[in-house]
Amino acid sequence: MEARHKILVLDDDADWLNLCNEMFAHLPSKPEIRTVASGARALALLETEPFRLLVCDLKMPRMDGLQVLSIVRRRFPELRTIVLSGLEDEEFRSRAYALGVDLFWLKTDMQANSQMFLDCIESLMGRDMEGGFRGIQSKSLMDIIQMECLSRSSTVLRITRGPLVAKLWIQNGELIDAETEGARGEAAFYRILGWKSGTFENLPAEPERERTITKPVNALLLESAQAIDETADSVEPGSVEQTAHRKTIWKLALLTREGADFVMAVPPEGQGEVETMGAQPSEPLAKWARRAVETARRLGERIEAGPLSHVAGHNLERQMLVLNRDNVCFLIGWPPNVATSPLLEKSKKLVSSWDS
Amino acid sequence: MGFLKQFFRRFFRSRAAIQQLPAGSVTVDRDGRIVTYTVSSIYPKELLYDIGREVLSLFREAREAQVPLAEVSIHFTSLHITARELRGGAIIFLFPQAAFSPSTIRPRL
Repeated sequence: MEARHKILVLDDDADWLNLCNEMFAHLPSKPEIRTVASGARALALLETEPFRLLVCDLKMPRMDGLQVLSIVRRRFPELRTIVLSGLEDEEFRSRAYALGVDLFWLKTDMQANSQMFLDCIESLMGRDMEGGFRGIQSKSLMDIIQMECLSRSSTVLRITRGPLVAKLWIQNGELIDAETEGARGEAAFYRILGWKSGTFENLPAEPERERTITKPVNALLLESAQAIDETADSVEPGSVEQTAHRKTIWKLALLTREGADFVMAVPPEGQGEVETMGAQPSEPLAKWARRAVETARRLGERIEAGPLSHVAGHNLERQMLVLNRDNVCFLIGWPPNVATSPLLEKSKKLVSSWDS
Repeated sequence: MGFLKQFFRRFFRSRAAIQQLPAGSVTVDRDGRIVTYTVSSIYPKELLYDIGREVLSLFREAREAQVPLAEVSIHFTSLHITARELRGGAIIFLFPQAAFSPSTIRPRL
């Protein structure tokens, strides 16, 4: 028999908890419902029991909902979260979403559209939590392409991985074209297959699209899988050198293409060397990038401003942008005359492509 | 009746409210003292001091790294902080971000 999911409802209003209890009892999956009146109690329960979903109020004494959610996000990243609040200010909605909640509902809307609310909860609980491409969970991109081709469909698959976007054109079950970041055809296809996660959507077919790929999709997938295996297995000293050389060329080409002055990848202190492209390595600058992220994070937590996106600065000689990815700080220098507005997107692209 | 009203008023006032994000500007001198500010007076002063202190430390550390900056901005998902160096001190602008803000990128000051 399938285990029942558990929902934890957190609100300081006892009447509201009763109402939620009654309402959630009508969910088709008949989940087990637990209610708590304080954030501390909710966190203690989450530590001891596995829950599928947390329904959280925002305005509560002592520990407010945003504080609870920021802790939950760090300690229980797989827990689904819904904010159910009476606060109509858009600012709170945006702060809640910034903390990574799955849904934000106003209590008034929830009462007015109770069926829709229950449907949302049911759908959230039904979602699998394994990795993979969003839309079809736990399936790799190879699986998705094979599924589209086997069903002889005609579609355009639009794949997004952070700021990187790719498109695959499938016509009557045959892969006819691929495009991403300046590459087209087979080269683009191999690059896309290297992506481990992302989201995809089906767009209407484009039958008039020019065909650039003539190989059968299975041959392409096989070649790609072999290339990935070979890269993983290559341990000969010569090939390591060649790979490092290729990487350097690739990174310099990226810099030139985006128009950046330099990129500095700064790992946490004592965990590797600073990698610089386009400029002389500068330890003080690397230290500043590290400190800038630490300072900004500390400030963000103190004033509850949500997760840090980036830090930017400029003087007459250059513009700089600091991004953090997987604990590595990326300091990107741009010429002073480059327009400011696209800098963030361009920097994100550079960082995403850095190690691919 | 009057007693009950007083009791409930006191009870509800003592409840913790969610901290609003600051909106407006703050000017701090080179020692981190607040010179002027237009942020709501309800917003805790110590948090404004913190913002001023951290922003000044960003400028100071950049100077130490031989890249003196004229302007620094910190972008959180819910708040953008833009600070311009002002003879050792700084003028700091605080822009809370709503979900449907018309633009997330502010023009350079």
